[in-house]
Amino acid sequence: MQLFPYSTWPERIWHYTLWGICWAVFIYLVAPVLVVLPLSFNPEPYFSYPIKEFSLRWWEHMVESPAWRLAAYNSTVIAICTTILSSVLGTLAAVGLSRGDFPGKGAILALLLSPLIVPIIITSVGIYFFFARVNMVNNVWGIVLAHTILATPFVVTLVTATLVNFDKNQARAGATLGANPLTVFRKITMPLIMPGLASGAIFAFVTSFDEVIVVLFLAGPAELTLPKQMWNGVREQINPSILSVACLLVFVSLLALTLMETIRRYNLRLRGLKE
Amino acid sequence: MELVRTADGVPLKVRLREVERRRHLISLLFVAPLTLFLLAFFVFPIISMSKHAIDNIEFVEAIPRTQAAVKQWDGNGIPDEPVFATFVEELRDVYNNKDRSIIGKLAKRVNYEISATRSLILNTARFAGRQTQGPYKQALIGFDKRWGEPAYWAMLKRNAGVLTEFYFVSSIDRQRSAAGELVKLPPEQSIFFDVYVRTFWISGLVTIGCLILGYPVAFLLANVPTRISNMLMFFVLLPFWTALLVRTTAWMVLLQRHGLINDFMKKIGLIVEPLQLILNLGGILIAMIHVLLPFMILPMFSVMKGIDRQHMRAARSLGANSFLAFYRVYFPQSLPGVSAGCLLVFILALGYYITPRLVGGPADQMISHFIAFYTDELLNWGQASALALLLLAITMVLYAFYHRFVGIESTRLG
Repeated sequence: MQLFPYSTWPERIWHYTLWGICWAVFIYLVAPVLVVLPLSFNPEPYFSYPIKEFSLRWWEHMVESPAWRLAAYNSTVIAICTTILSSVLGTLAAVGLSRGDFPGKGAILALLLSPLIVPIIITSVGIYFFFARVNMVNNVWGIVLAHTILATPFVVTLVTATLVNFDKNQARAGATLGANPLTVFRKITMPLIMPGLASGAIFAFVTSFDEVIVVLFLAGPAELTLPKQMWNGVREQINPSILSVACLLVFVSLLALTLMETIRRYNLRLRGLKE
Repeated sequence: MELVRTADGVPLKVRLREVERRRHLISLLFVAPLTLFLLAFFVFPIISMSKHAIDNIEFVEAIPRTQAAVKQWDGNGIPDEPVFATFVEELRDVYNNKDRSIIGKLAKRVNYEISATRSLILNTARFAGRQTQGPYKQALIGFDKRWGEPAYWAMLKRNAGVLTEFYFVSSIDRQRSAAGELVKLPPEQSIFFDVYVRTFWISGLVTIGCLILGYPVAFLLANVPTRISNMLMFFVLLPFWTALLVRTTAWMVLLQRHGLINDFMKKIGLIVEPLQLILNLGGILIAMIHVLLPFMILPMFSVMKGIDRQHMRAARSLGANSFLAFYRVYFPQSLPGVSAGCLLVFILALGYYITPRLVGGPADQMISHFIAFYTDELLNWGQASALALLLLAITMVLYAFYHRFVGIESTRLG
C-alpha cells in the first residue's frame, strides 16, 4: 500500500479512503472494550462518563467478595490443569503427525481438530449428558477434561507448525558431531520446538480461563469460575464490579498476547530469520 | 535380474516395507493418546446423544405389556377389550406396586406428543389403581372419554417400540398423523423450522458483514510493510484474545437503553428518547460481527500475504488502471482466503450461544439457545439431543467442505 509519484487522483483518494475505512474498523474492534473498562474505576453504581473521581470501590468489592475469590481460584486451577493435560496430549499428537504420512492420517487430523468446529453448545450438552450418567457433573476434573477437549486443537496446530518447519539436518548435524540422541533432543530439538509448545500452552490456558458455556452446564456452586460468575452477574444486574473482573480477564489476555509475540520474535531469531 | 538385498540377505523391498511399517506404528503411538482421549470424552458423548434422541425409555419402563398388546392391534379406530385390559391392569400394577415416578415420566412424555395430557395419564393411573376387575373398556372411556378417541390410541401405537422417531420428527415441525403420515404441526406449535431459518439468516448476515469490514483490513495489512502490519495486527489480535464474555458485556454496557451510546447521543442532542439498540437483531449483528471479525481477517490476510505484488505491477504496466488491475488480477487470487474466512465465520456463527443469548431479544434466539433451553429448563433431553444432532449434521457438512477446499490446518490462529 503506497502512493507513487505517478498515482492518479482517484487512486490517491481511494488510498486515503481505504486507510479511513480500516481505521474505522480498528476502532470498532478495539474501542468497545477500551471504552467500557475504565468505568470500573468510577464510584457511581451505573455506567456513565465522565468519571468525576477515581475510585477502587468496585475493585475492593470484587477482592473482598468470597464468591469472586473462589471463582478466581477455581479458574486458575482449572486453567493450569487444562494447560498441562492439553500440552502433553497435543504435543505428543503433533510429534506423531509431523513424522510423515501414515494410513488414516487425514481422518485422524480431522478428528483432532474437530472440537474447534463442533459448536461448543453441542460439545457441552453432549459431555453434560455423559457426565450426568457417570456422576462427573459438579466436579472440577470434569471441567478440566472438557476444557482440554476444547484446547488441544490449538496445541496440535501450533506445535505441528513449528515441527513442520523443523530442519532435521540440524539434528543430524548434531548427531554427526558426536551427540547422543538424548543430547540432540535436549540441545537442538527441544529449543527449536519450545516456542510452538509455549504458544500452544498459552493458547490452552486462555481458552480454559475464558470459557463459559461448558462451565454453565458442568459446574455447580462450588466450581464457580470467573466467566461463570460474570455470566451470573450479567444475567441479573450488571454493576461495575463485573467490569473490574473484565479488566482482570483483559489483562490476562494482554499478557498472553505479549508473551505470544515475544515468543514469535524469539523463534524467528532462533532460526536466524528476519521479518 | 537379481534382487537387491540388505547385508543380512533380506530383499531390500521387504526390509524397506518393514521399516516403513515401524515408522507408521511409532507415529500412531504418538497420536494415540489424544485420539483415544477425544474418542472417549468427545466423540462418544456426542454419539450417545443420539441414544437420547431416539430412546423411548418412558414407554418401555412404564407400560411394556401394553406396548406389546398395541403392537398386535391393527390400528383401526380404537382397540378392543383385551388391549384396554392390558393397559389398565398394567397401570394398576405400576401404580400400586412400583415406583410411581415412572408414571410421572410417562405423563411428561405423552404430554410432548399430545398437549395437555399430563393430567390425563396421572389421573388414569390413579383410576386404574382402583380398578380390580373388568370389563375395562367401558369403564376407562367412562372415566375419561378421550380414551374413546382414536388419536390417543394411535399415539400409543406409534410408541409401541423401543425407539422413537418423535424427537427428530418434531425437530422439523412435523408429527405423525393417525394415518401414519408426516404432517406439519399447527403453526402455533411450529417453532424449530423458524429457528433454523433464523439461525441461517443471522449467520449469513454476520458473514456478509464480516466480509465487507474484513476485506479492506486484510488487504491493507497484507500490503503495508511488515513492521507496520505487525503493529496494526494488534488491533485484530487484541479482541481475538479478549474473552468472549468480556466483549459481549462491553457491548451490553454500550448499547443498553441507558448505555453509553444512548447517553452520548442524548447529550449531544442527536436524539431525545433513547433508541432500542439491544435485544434486537441490530444488537446481535453489531456484537457478533465484532466477535467474529478476526476469524474473517486472519485467513484472508494469510492468503493475501502470499499474492505476488509483481502481478499487480505487471497488470499496471500492461495498461490496466489500478482498479482494473485489482479486480482482474488481485481479487481472483484472494478468493481462497475469502471462501476460507466466510466458511469459518458462518460455521462458528451457526453455533453461537453466549452473544445472541445476552444481546438478542427473545425473538432473535438461535438454535443453540433452544438446545440449552431444552436441556436446562425443560429437562427434555430427547428434544435437546435431536436439535443438537441436526445442528451438528449441518455443521459437519460445512466442515467437510471446509476441510476439502481449504484445509483447517492451514488456518492461521494468531
